[in-house]
Amino acid sequence: MDLSSINPIFFFAGFFVAATPLIFAAVGELVVEKTGVLNLGVEGMMIMGAICGFAVAVESGSPLLGFLAAAVGGAALSLLFAFLTQVMLANQVASGLALTLFGLGFSALLGQSYVGVKPPRLPDVNFGILGDIPVFGPIVLSHDIILYLGLVLVVAVWALLKYSRVGLVLRAVGENHDAAHALGFKVKRIRTLAIMFGGACAGVGGAYISLIRVPQWTEGMTAGIGWIALALVVFASWKPLRLLLGAYLFGGLVQLQLNLQAAGVAIPVEYLAMSPYVMTIVVLVLLSRDKGAAPGSLGRIFHASS
Amino acid sequence: MIALEKRPEPSRAFSLAAPLLAVAATMFFGGVLFALLGKDPFEAIQTIFWEPLFGQHWRYYSPQLLIKGAPLVLIAIGLSLGFKAGIWNIGAEGQYIMGALFGAGVGLAFYPTESVFIFPLMVLAGALGGWLWAMIPAVLKVKFGTNEILVSLMLVYVAEQFLASMALGLMRNPQGMGFPGSRNLQQYASAHNAELLSGTGMHWGVVAAFIAVIFGYVLLARHRLGFAIRVTGDAPRAAAFSGVNPARLVLFCLGMSGLLAGLAGVFEVAGPAGQVTIDFNVGYGFTAIIVAFLGRLHPVGILLAAALMALTYIGGDIAQSKLQLPAAAIQVFQGMLLFFLLALDLFTNYRLRLGRKEVV
Repeated sequence: MDLSSINPIFFFAGFFVAATPLIFAAVGELVVEKTGVLNLGVEGMMIMGAICGFAVAVESGSPLLGFLAAAVGGAALSLLFAFLTQVMLANQVASGLALTLFGLGFSALLGQSYVGVKPPRLPDVNFGILGDIPVFGPIVLSHDIILYLGLVLVVAVWALLKYSRVGLVLRAVGENHDAAHALGFKVKRIRTLAIMFGGACAGVGGAYISLIRVPQWTEGMTAGIGWIALALVVFASWKPLRLLLGAYLFGGLVQLQLNLQAAGVAIPVEYLAMSPYVMTIVVLVLLSRDKGAAPGSLGRIFHASS
Repeated sequence: MIALEKRPEPSRAFSLAAPLLAVAATMFFGGVLFALLGKDPFEAIQTIFWEPLFGQHWRYYSPQLLIKGAPLVLIAIGLSLGFKAGIWNIGAEGQYIMGALFGAGVGLAFYPTESVFIFPLMVLAGALGGWLWAMIPAVLKVKFGTNEILVSLMLVYVAEQFLASMALGLMRNPQGMGFPGSRNLQQYASAHNAELLSGTGMHWGVVAAFIAVIFGYVLLARHRLGFAIRVTGDAPRAAAFSGVNPARLVLFCLGMSGLLAGLAGVFEVAGPAGQVTIDFNVGYGFTAIIVAFLGRLHPVGILLAAALMALTYIGGDIAQSKLQLPAAAIQVFQGMLLFFLLALDLFTNYRLRLGRKEVV
């Protein structure tokens, strides 16, 4: 074992990169759940975003166009979920699962000709002289625009939910859809828009894996990150800023186990690879008492005449 | 304007018709998908649904129907119990893997002793393995109120890594010249889950699957516990007043589905698969979710749905080699089926009314 082979600067810079897919997917899902909808299809939407983003980035040569396509791809798939749960009043758990199963298959189908292809690289943001600050510069200011966009998004969602009228309406629909309906809010329309926002975010998160973190396309490459994002929303008890903290915790853990694998620690690779999933369970157990924070109408079907 | 109106009673007729309509819709849109992939849609659909049953090689394919269908039935029956009560075990894939590892572990530990007790012991170990793995989300839910969906799913990834570690390490065949994978249990008579009638595909797992169907039917239709499951799903508050203990129900439903998934795993590893390999699991645990819904969470329905899913697996394999249809296309096909089913289910509980204006 040679721990000195781990470069602390790269290691901590990797924290941010590993956390970003989770941040996007989780913040999207947080908004969806705030409106009272439980979409378990995050994994499916992420992988759709991963392939849509990858394919468009490769074909067009522009990673940013790829991210845009990823958002569209994720939102398009989420529209299926919205149709099932909002129009056809289907069970949200089952529909979310269907979305994940379908997304995994469909992405594999789309991605056949992209296995082994290298995507164009998204350049890092140039912070000029700030980037030269020792330690801080290489760790925090050495990333691409999408990563910073993720941070901005979390803060924006936090501010929106807490201080704006839109946020209040979103929360009202999620806490008690019957009351919100009685007040004249279009519950289904609001929820559909939230679901699409969640889908777009998950798509971008997925594309961040295929275009930046890995960067490559392989079938099923999201490997449960969508599910961890769902757990993260519970962990954060539906608060955007706590979600950020959680994402770095998980990002850090993923980064740590990858580095330990590379350093050749005596623990077998498989057990290291298990650790993020085991950790998710542990965290869920530790924070399970904090159930009061869940939106009141979470997972319940809304039909106006009933 | 078209409005939805709740039916006074769920329509039984539509509840039975919905799966058939979903299959028809899936065939149609699946055909469109195949056409987009540049394949002849009629030939593709015929290859998937007709060829395995009535094509010229049906003798070769029909045993596969039992081999692929049995694990789906076993797992889906277990899942349906929980799904009926609103307890969501999504991690059957992990329980299936653990059942296979426990069972194979017992078998390999006895190698090369020959005894009639080894196979039954393996089956028990497999059931135990699946049960234990499912008890993790169950106990955590009962004790701490954690979400069983997330925990059971996380445990799939843990089980997959554990499987890899076993196939590369502890259970690796010492005479395998360094290749990953355990000894082949098909070559170890006492551990082999052999065909009961040669050439039929009938093995102990198929027998277990049929028993599970009967067990599921009796439990749900005739037993008090089945009543508790149904009431909890339909009206949780009424269930509480009628004295149903929700914690016990969670432990039972998750435990039972884990046990059955574990059984499916051990029968597979000792029979058709033969050995513990890294890619031993092929997604039966997830496909069984579709099977459970397609079968309307009813044991007999599950039997029929599993037969259909097994058919798409076999037909998909044929289409892959004959028409170069990508393997993922079948996965999409199966996912589509669940979509249509969930969508069409609306008309079981609601009917369309024309002419009324939307209020808000």
